[in-house]
Amino acid sequence: MLEIIDLHASINGKEILKGINLTVREGEVHALMGQNGAGKSTLSNVIVGHPSYEVTQGKILFNGKDLLELKPEDRAHEGIFLSFQQPVEIPGVSMVNFMRAALNAKRKYQGLEPLSAGDFLKLMREKRRIVELDNKLANRSVNEGFSGGEKKRNEIFQMAMLEPTLSILDETDSGLDVDALRIVAEGFNKLRTPQTSAIVITHYQRLLDYLKPDVVHVLLDGRIVKTAGPELAFEIEKRGFDWIKEEQ
Amino acid sequence: MNSEKQYIDLYHQANDLICRHSAPLMNAHRQEALEAFQRLGFPSKQVERYKYTNVAQIFAPDYGLNLGRIDIPVNPYEVFRCDVPNLSTSLYFVLNDLFYDKALPKATLPEGVIISSLGKACEEFPEVVKRCYGQLARPGKDAINALNTMLAQDGLFIYVPRGLVVDRTIQVINILRSDVDLMVNRRVLIVLEEGAQARILVCDHALDDRNFLATQVSEVFVGENAHLELYELEETHVKCHRVSNMYVQMQANSTAVLDNITLQNGQTRNRTDVQLAGQGAEVHMNGCVIADQKQHVDNNTLIDHAAPHCQSHELYKYVLDDEAVGAFAGRILVREGAQHTVSKETNANLCASRTARMYAQPMLEIYADDVKCSHGSTVGQLGDAALFYMRQRGIPEDEARLLLKYAFVGEVLDSIRLESLRDRLHHLVEKRFRGELSKCKDCKLCK
Repeated sequence: MLEIIDLHASINGKEILKGINLTVREGEVHALMGQNGAGKSTLSNVIVGHPSYEVTQGKILFNGKDLLELKPEDRAHEGIFLSFQQPVEIPGVSMVNFMRAALNAKRKYQGLEPLSAGDFLKLMREKRRIVELDNKLANRSVNEGFSGGEKKRNEIFQMAMLEPTLSILDETDSGLDVDALRIVAEGFNKLRTPQTSAIVITHYQRLLDYLKPDVVHVLLDGRIVKTAGPELAFEIEKRGFDWIKEEQ
Repeated sequence: MNSEKQYIDLYHQANDLICRHSAPLMNAHRQEALEAFQRLGFPSKQVERYKYTNVAQIFAPDYGLNLGRIDIPVNPYEVFRCDVPNLSTSLYFVLNDLFYDKALPKATLPEGVIISSLGKACEEFPEVVKRCYGQLARPGKDAINALNTMLAQDGLFIYVPRGLVVDRTIQVINILRSDVDLMVNRRVLIVLEEGAQARILVCDHALDDRNFLATQVSEVFVGENAHLELYELEETHVKCHRVSNMYVQMQANSTAVLDNITLQNGQTRNRTDVQLAGQGAEVHMNGCVIADQKQHVDNNTLIDHAAPHCQSHELYKYVLDDEAVGAFAGRILVREGAQHTVSKETNANLCASRTARMYAQPMLEIYADDVKCSHGSTVGQLGDAALFYMRQRGIPEDEARLLLKYAFVGEVLDSIRLESLRDRLHHLVEKRFRGELSKCKDCKLCK
């Protein structure tokens, strides 16, 4: 599904990713771990096409398509979704208008008619339940005045609405209490199908307890230096990253 | 030839013609106005209140004037079909500077309420006109007042006597109509006596693809306990130049809403001076400007707290794109003795392109010691983070920009009290941002 080959990327002339190779197949969940500054968020931003990053070498294929040729919105239409580490507040843009614009843009890309207002609101109601998102939040401006937990739940709600095939969760567990973490993780699990995949960036085992990754990668200084099964996450939880650094 | 000379020469040549086609009450002010205009000349950019608009340049071209009052063969009630839902108003038209009275709305006004041509009012209500005309817009204070007083021959008169309430919104459509480039000098007098209430919506349109220059000087008297809502909406085109001076005087415990929206224009300069003259008066001013291409919109406001216990609330928002230029200069003056003043001025601006320019100048001057005042201004760009967030969700960049611009002015649109106008504006603003003509569907005037 996703194939990253020798990816180098930089921001403001500073190279952050120094040759990433990563393959994610249909139905797989990959955990991406590593210390702050290792390049985890950069990698997710490059996959979704953030304009601040420059890809200097390598390529990313998504279902065989050259992703780097596509605009961010078209990558989204192709089925890529990023749950932001810090969801952006957009005062004055209601969740309803925001989601309708997003969903109908995707439908247009797929050659479908826009959803009727009635069908759309019905869909909103249905998907909201997955993450127990209050109706009041859905009527407010995007993320405006949402608590940290509500913002993250809102990310998963949007994911439910857009039904991506590849989701990237960038520290979705940060700032969440135990209950909110459970709601978010269970919401994510409800959306999983054998056709959907995910890349989960996290510092903690707790989220992975829920999401049960198939593969765990450790990113160090812009490269993936270790790849193993879920047991690697346990080991990192116990021992930190220093032993991996020493292995290099 | 400097810009002033052509108007002074014109006045000397056409003095007879001007006066012959105008009311003696208005003629009585012309000589004083001429002298003031000769003395003042057009203000340069060195003049504080004209820093952001080159007035002399606006007045430099050679426009035609209809001083002989040649009839304009058009019935606006037939050509103007504005299919705005729920906007049930008493509809009046002013063609250039001529109040159209060959057909009038069927809705009856409370007895004693007058909506008519100013010229006619000079004959029928000389005591009201005499008491008010030229009292706030003094020619000696401002060159535009002087020029307008020199040349204006007619305009609009709205009079609501003591205690009367006009329920239905009064809508006045100013139509610029001409086969040649035209200068129009329009004069407006609005008088609400003690306890009177009225809601007035004034829309500026241009019917022809000509260069227009319209000066408009308005004097608005709001009596004790009176309530006025005055909404001005400009929807003209890039060849239209509007120079408006509006003076509002508010007596004790009166309230006023003075909203001003520029949706489509060429060059616009709006000066609004509000004097809170009596205790407990309260004014709300909301402004919204949307400009692109090379459009220019300069709003210059003065709120003069001359009495204690008055309130003023002012919110102006601009969205500028392409090479548009916006200016907002808002001065709040709290005079000595104007204790317990509450005043809040907010100006927020969005430059959606690198070449758009905004000049923002909030000013607060306080000479009383027990007041609650704030003022502030911001100029920003579209948020990159928000833009990218939206694009990641699949919203195309253009659409995302539109949603953000629309959201930015949403606050000021929502604060418009006249519901039908508010709904209409939401619709028009969105169309405007989409680059579709910000015009009503099927409206023959808005071509």
